[in-house]
Amino acid sequence: MDALSELLNGFATAAHPTNLLYAFVGVLLGTAIGVLPGIGPAMTIALLLPLTYALEPTQAFIMFAGIYYGGMYGGSTTSILLNTPGESASVVTAIEGNKMARKGRAAAALATAAIGSFIAGTIGTLALALVAPGVVKLAIKMGAPDYFAVMVLAFIAVTTVLGSSKIRGLAALAIGLLVGTIGIDPTSGQQRLTLGLPELADGIDVVVVAVGLFAVGEALWIAAHLRRTPAEIISVGAARMTREDWRRSWKPWLRGTAIGFPFGAIPAGGAEIPTFLSYVTEKKLSKHPEEFGQGAIEGVAGPEATNNASAAGGLVPLLTLGIPTTATAAVMLGAFQGYGIQPGTRLLQTQPELVWGLVASLFIGNVILLALNLPLAPMWAKLLRIPRPYLYAGILFFASIGAYAANLSTFDLWLLLVLGALGFGMRRFGLPVVPAIIGIILGPTAEVQLRRALQISDGHISGLTDTWFAKIVYVVILLVLVVPPIVTRLRTREPVKVGD
Amino acid sequence: MAAVKQGRSELGVALLLLILGGWALIDATQLAAVEGARGPVGPKTVPIAVGILLVVSAVLLAADILRGGRGEQEAGEDVDLSHGSDWKTLGLLVAAFVANVLLIDRLGWPVSGAVLFFGTTFALGSRHLIRNAILSVALSVSTWYLFNLGLGIALPVGILKGIL
Repeated sequence: MDALSELLNGFATAAHPTNLLYAFVGVLLGTAIGVLPGIGPAMTIALLLPLTYALEPTQAFIMFAGIYYGGMYGGSTTSILLNTPGESASVVTAIEGNKMARKGRAAAALATAAIGSFIAGTIGTLALALVAPGVVKLAIKMGAPDYFAVMVLAFIAVTTVLGSSKIRGLAALAIGLLVGTIGIDPTSGQQRLTLGLPELADGIDVVVVAVGLFAVGEALWIAAHLRRTPAEIISVGAARMTREDWRRSWKPWLRGTAIGFPFGAIPAGGAEIPTFLSYVTEKKLSKHPEEFGQGAIEGVAGPEATNNASAAGGLVPLLTLGIPTTATAAVMLGAFQGYGIQPGTRLLQTQPELVWGLVASLFIGNVILLALNLPLAPMWAKLLRIPRPYLYAGILFFASIGAYAANLSTFDLWLLLVLGALGFGMRRFGLPVVPAIIGIILGPTAEVQLRRALQISDGHISGLTDTWFAKIVYVVILLVLVVPPIVTRLRTREPVKVGD
Repeated sequence: MAAVKQGRSELGVALLLLILGGWALIDATQLAAVEGARGPVGPKTVPIAVGILLVVSAVLLAADILRGGRGEQEAGEDVDLSHGSDWKTLGLLVAAFVANVLLIDRLGWPVSGAVLFFGTTFALGSRHLIRNAILSVALSVSTWYLFNLGLGIALPVGILKGIL
């Protein structure tokens, strides 16, 4: 009840005409930028961050709500019409979505993605509103050791789950933690890893980090390997579905929502696993399993709903604990910190207007998204034809403004180039970028909690594990580390036994 | 042949990780402990832990590469991995980027931003020089107005002071 009345207050905030305008602009920009090839949701938010510098925090986050969902939907449009998405959560959508588009069913694929995203986003946001206060009540009892344990879980999950190589994930995390350590140590006031440069004393600005690793790194990487013959784009009319499409889509939407939200809410490495899980589930349950791989609508409806529900779920740990589970959430956390707001247990009490305004805007943004995307699909498809020199020149152009505008200093532009080179190298050598960004943004907070925990225990290491909650989390971490290798080993052994 | 070459440059990544780890460890030794602080965790602890983590991942990565493991290059909509990195394009892009950094405080964003956009489109192979020049100036001037008037962020006006 409490949550609902708070949510109604949130709607009162969000429904203010100016705020509605910000939500609308956010959805429009988020979708437009997110549709562009090579630009995922995290980069969309990073590139659009400077636009919110002049806004009040509440308005800025209302705009972010729109950008968040808009950027994600834009990404799935790209993967349906172009195939081979750059963003991991849309990989599964591309499998069936692009096949459908090739068979002339692009309109239906886009429609089931849009409506599925809407339904999953709405249910997911409602679940967020209902769950968040409860999580906060539990989280208030959490001490420093518990927080530290959850952060370790986030680090481990993001390095072991994502990408094909755990060693490279670990290396990426280590680089991220190193970059996060740069700056003045908050307790002793000493400079760490600053090379004596005064500009580094306050650490590296989050905008510069995010824009450098995502935007500049990606633009340089793609520029060095630009396809000489442009990829084939499928043209499309307004997105719409037949009665048969509806009949085959509604259950996958709901199942996808049910799979996506809990996976998003726990630090388990983002939307990659749940979308894949949803795909497999739909394939198993389908009456037309033979259509999978040929363009089955269930294979778009389920994973797309999962993707959006997991994005909504990801806001639970972000808003209540201050722990990001995806790159997009990490950039959002950085944006919060830029406003001097630390998400966590007290956020709901100290900034109720901001949090509930944000949640309400997610609902509103979802409606705007649906209203925009069904009729505007042909326009978004046109954006895919933007000449590539303009696209990647534009990314570098706006990345440069964004990084410079953060502190009006050319030092940040040099830093941007260095981070861009780092991002390029990581893409070149298969080091995943997400563990790095999580390490940079979450690392300093984890250090604070570690120190606090060990101060309370007077230096005894047991202070990290002496609560029941921390114990459970460490058991989970152990399972995350141990179970997957055993499962793969068992799987690879089985056929050998059959062969004997 | 290509696999051997790829392996050699990947060993460079392991070396870089090792150097970064060494940097973190050396930097940590130069930090003073806090007087009267309780507990084993001081300002040194995290840099040392991160340094060790970097060294460990360097060793693991090197071992993986020597056993034949290879990093997977990132694919994407516009990425064609069948040919190697195009260093000429990259060099021109970086040159355009650096030109903006050097010029922005002297000539102002309307000029340096235009140079940046024009240079990067040229680097990426667009040869509609006149159209690109007009576009570049339009973009840099309009973003200058957007940031200065719309967002209240004073991007440098430079030599166009008094005109814009």
